[in-house]
Amino acid sequence: MNALHDGWLDIGRITDIPRQGARVIAAPGGNIAVFRTVDDEVFALADRCPHRGGPLSQGIVHGRRVACPLHDWKIGLDTGHAVAPDEGCAARYPVRVDNGLVRLRLTPDEGCPST
Amino acid sequence: MSKPKLVVVGNGMAGMRTVEELLKLAPDLYDITVFGEEPHPNYNRILLSPVLAGEQTLEGIVLNPRDWYAGHGIDLHTGSPVVKIDRRQRQVETTDGARSGYDRLLLATGSRPFILPIPGADLEGVLGFRDIADVEAMIAAAARHRQAVVIGGGLLGLEAANGLKLRGMEVSVVHIGPWLMERQLDEPAARLLQQSLEARGLKFLLQRQTEALVGGESGRVCAVRFRDGGEIPADLVVMAVGIRPNTALAESAGLHCNRGIVVNDTLQTVTDPRIYAVGECASHRGVAYGLVAPLFEQARVAANHLAEFGIGRYTGSMTSTKLKVTGIDLFSAGNFMGGEGCEEIVFQDAGLGSYKKLVLKDNRLVGSVLYGDTLDGAWYFELMRDGTDVSAYRDRLMFGRQHLGDSGHGDEKSRVMSLPDSAEICGCNGVCKGAIVAAIRAKKLFTLDEVRAHTKASSSCGSCTGLVETLLAATAGGDYSTAPSRKPMCGCTGHTHDEVRAAIVANGLKSMPEAMRFLDWKTPDGCPKCRPALNYYLLCAWPGEYQDDAQSRFINERAHGNIQKDGSFSVVPRIWGGVVTPRELHAIANVAEKFGVPEMKITGGQRIDLFGVKKADLPAVWHDLSAAGFVSGHAYGKALRTVKTCVGSQWCRFGTQDSTGLGVKLEQATWGSWMPHKFKMAVSGCPRNCAEATIKDLGVVCVESGYELHVGGNGGIKVRVTDLLCHVKTEAEVIEYANAFIQLYREEAHYLERTAPWVERVGLAHIKARVVEDADNRRALAERFRRSQESAQIDPWKARADGAEQHEFIPLAELV
Ligand code: SRM
Ligand SMILES: Cc1cc2nc3c(=O)[nH]c(=O)nc-3n(C[C@H](O)[C@H](O)[C@H](O)COP(=O)(O)OP(=O)(O)OC[C@H]3O[C@@H](n4cnc5c(N)ncnc54)[C@H](O)[C@@H]3O)c2cc1C
Ligand code: SF4
Ligand code: FES
Repeated sequence: MNALHDGWLDIGRITDIPRQGARVIAAPGGNIAVFRTVDDEVFALADRCPHRGGPLSQGIVHGRRVACPLHDWKIGLDTGHAVAPDEGCAARYPVRVDNGLVRLRLTPDEGCPST
Repeated sequence: MSKPKLVVVGNGMAGMRTVEELLKLAPDLYDITVFGEEPHPNYNRILLSPVLAGEQTLEGIVLNPRDWYAGHGIDLHTGSPVVKIDRRQRQVETTDGARSGYDRLLLATGSRPFILPIPGADLEGVLGFRDIADVEAMIAAAARHRQAVVIGGGLLGLEAANGLKLRGMEVSVVHIGPWLMERQLDEPAARLLQQSLEARGLKFLLQRQTEALVGGESGRVCAVRFRDGGEIPADLVVMAVGIRPNTALAESAGLHCNRGIVVNDTLQTVTDPRIYAVGECASHRGVAYGLVAPLFEQARVAANHLAEFGIGRYTGSMTSTKLKVTGIDLFSAGNFMGGEGCEEIVFQDAGLGSYKKLVLKDNRLVGSVLYGDTLDGAWYFELMRDGTDVSAYRDRLMFGRQHLGDSGHGDEKSRVMSLPDSAEICGCNGVCKGAIVAAIRAKKLFTLDEVRAHTKASSSCGSCTGLVETLLAATAGGDYSTAPSRKPMCGCTGHTHDEVRAAIVANGLKSMPEAMRFLDWKTPDGCPKCRPALNYYLLCAWPGEYQDDAQSRFINERAHGNIQKDGSFSVVPRIWGGVVTPRELHAIANVAEKFGVPEMKITGGQRIDLFGVKKADLPAVWHDLSAAGFVSGHAYGKALRTVKTCVGSQWCRFGTQDSTGLGVKLEQATWGSWMPHKFKMAVSGCPRNCAEATIKDLGVVCVESGYELHVGGNGGIKVRVTDLLCHVKTEAEVIEYANAFIQLYREEAHYLERTAPWVERVGLAHIKARVVEDADNRRALAERFRRSQESAQIDPWKARADGAEQHEFIPLAELV
């Protein structure tokens, strides 16, 4: 794993993640789910559903949302927030794609109290 | 760039529902302006009756408070009737001469009470029963006067009479017909209703025609005079003899009206496609509706069209009626009077004050009147709407759904309204009655889906759906939107399951993007409801050809195990017919030890479950199992699950046939097949039925003379005993019939519909006609099944143990 400057880690190719799917990154602070939407947008969230900790990486990705596999909460991939009327959020991680390479930072964005 | 302008005339239930639906679909498409004649924001007109009866307050029935309009940037003008539409300039004009331009115009002007054209109709103290002003006037009159006369013994008239009585007035109901509510009730039911209203102190004058209203010295009405000469005192007269669609404005603008503004299936007026009409003012296929459920359906379609999706079509509704007089339960729907070609089933118990009538035509329910006990109204309505063939349980129909073996929540249902607030309604999500009722009130919920979204009740196993619907009906008002005439697959489309299935086959649609494009899906890539369904429909339609879409499968089917609450998986190898050898048991035990499986259990399906396997270990576990000869048990799939067997003639002193051997053969013929839902079989060696064959999707009961085939059983949430399909003589026939039955189910059922509800929906006769009576069709079905099995019986476990889909099981990166 190449650690680049600014803490961006090179974690693999976008083509390693199935479209409308996700892969897991085993990280020191817990698993991170990296999602790829039908339009090849990439998002990263803590792999823990705000409801009861379900692994979001295992859910069905549709539009910019994922449906948690345990009790079907819908979580916004871009916001990390549960879709109303459910409430709660999964921490977002900075992620970007450079020339087909997916890069991730392990410090979550602000705004979602980590649990 | 400025947005197109949408002007809405009529700030009532249908108009605002359309705006709400539009905002959901396309929140920013239009600049919206709403004109309402009444000085109030939109309120729930249905609940005016409970307000009059003192059971609700005016504040409590507001649906969209003013800040809702403000929050959505809607320009609201209350107390501001539109008096003119200038179609050339595309402007509307209000009483004060102000003009407002539109690109699209929505007319939702409702209707007006019909006032009998008799002398005295314009006297003070003569009212209709339509809006808040009418109710306020009635409440004020009740405080100062004694004698009320309600003209009209229909739904509205009786609700008005009941309310006025509760407010302390002496009330007489004058009705021209031979019995009350003749448009909803037959005579016996109406008599029971009249008796119970009389017991509350109401007086009735039937078959009386009002000739004039007589004014007193003050200029206020003081009496009602009849054609036969009689007269009764009255200082308040409520006319509830009918409503007329409010079309004056539309007519003056030259829009074609014929008992309502005439609209097409997208709710556009036939005269001017820029102008839409919804609600009671609209006439669709010759019908102007007077209840909210159809209006809400219209609203959905009109919004869909306004949002430029343009795929929804409104094709008319079937309606049902309930009377909102607390303590009186009455339900009516469809053709309740019967007539040529109809048969009637009637139950009457005067002592209990209970009356039920069901009208059947060609073995389908077409009408119903219930008085006293209306719990099954919703179910009858569903049967009518779906045109279900009821011949298989016609003898039990009258006794309600509970008597069809629906042991689920039968008893609670009848007690639901008297339950304490703390009573748990939804066992899956732990939601109590109080929470559901509070959410319906506070959030103005009208539909089951809304209650599901806001409370989670009924959103999991669904067994409490009936209870939630009862609560909804009782809380939200007489007629919430229970019954869309056609249920779209999900929010992504206006098409039903059947339409989608038919389109896939008829148009040769062979991939999910192709199907979504062809059928005008509203979302770019569907949702967790439609994608798995489409994936299955495509797989079933094009066996061997369609490329399965793993990303459209629920995780269990994608990872070929059941996900557990901690994210690990369970592994259930197939154990043919429940028969094991010591060698196989050793092999399973070795796997469990090698991978540190935390728990093993004998399942209810005669096999062994290994719990808590880590996802990354799955391929290796499967490798070892597969080396020992095991294949996937599909305990995770909408697929063939188990074939339970009993010992049968091999050992049992009662066994008539080799039930164990037959079970193994059945399982070997059918394993691997994907289905609309899970599918379970059993073979019992004699009618003692130790394998519980009569609660399986397909059960075989061996008898001396051969084999009985039973179908449509379910042992889960709602226990349903199978129906006897037929009797056959040989094992080969059992397999052929089973294959044919499975294929019919695969080709016709909706995704996530088990055989029990499917059999109830289409009727056993339908299945017998295709599988039993038509031998050619049976063979063709069985052949199609065998062909689809050629590509289905590839063990997914072995494939993955050999390296397929590796990305599913290993992390993309390990940073620890
Ligand atoms: C393991 C087992 C319980 C056991 O320890 O015995 C089991 C476990 C589950 N059942 Fe079951 N059912 C098991 C036999 C049954 C039976 C009995 C039978 O098959 O003879 C029934 C009633 C019979 C029937 O289906 O008609 C049964 C009716 C259900 C239902 C209700 C189905 C219904 O139509 O009403 C569900 C919910 C669903 O499918 O949506 C369900 C769902 C489940 C799920 C898959 C819940 C889930 O989605 O996670 C459980 C998975 C546990 C796991 O992680 O492995 N399970 N389940 C049994 C596995 C049998 C097997 O060898 O494959
Ligand atoms: C007392 C009562 C009880 C009922 N109970 C039930 C029941 O139990 N179940 C059921 O399903 N239905 C019931 N209904 C019927 C139900 O309320 C109506 O079907 C529904 O309200 C019709 O909706 P709408 O939008 O078409 O008309 P409305 O809700 O009447 O809305 C039309 C609005 O347009 C306004 N308007 C008219 N002309 C103009 C104009 N030119 N400019 C501006 N504004 C204008 C009107 O003032 C009104 O506010 C009941 C009705 C009443 C009166
Ligand atoms: S195994 Fe079946 S009955 Fe037991 S908790 Fe799970 S779903 Fe419920
Ligand atoms: S844990 Fe995600 S929905 Fe329950």
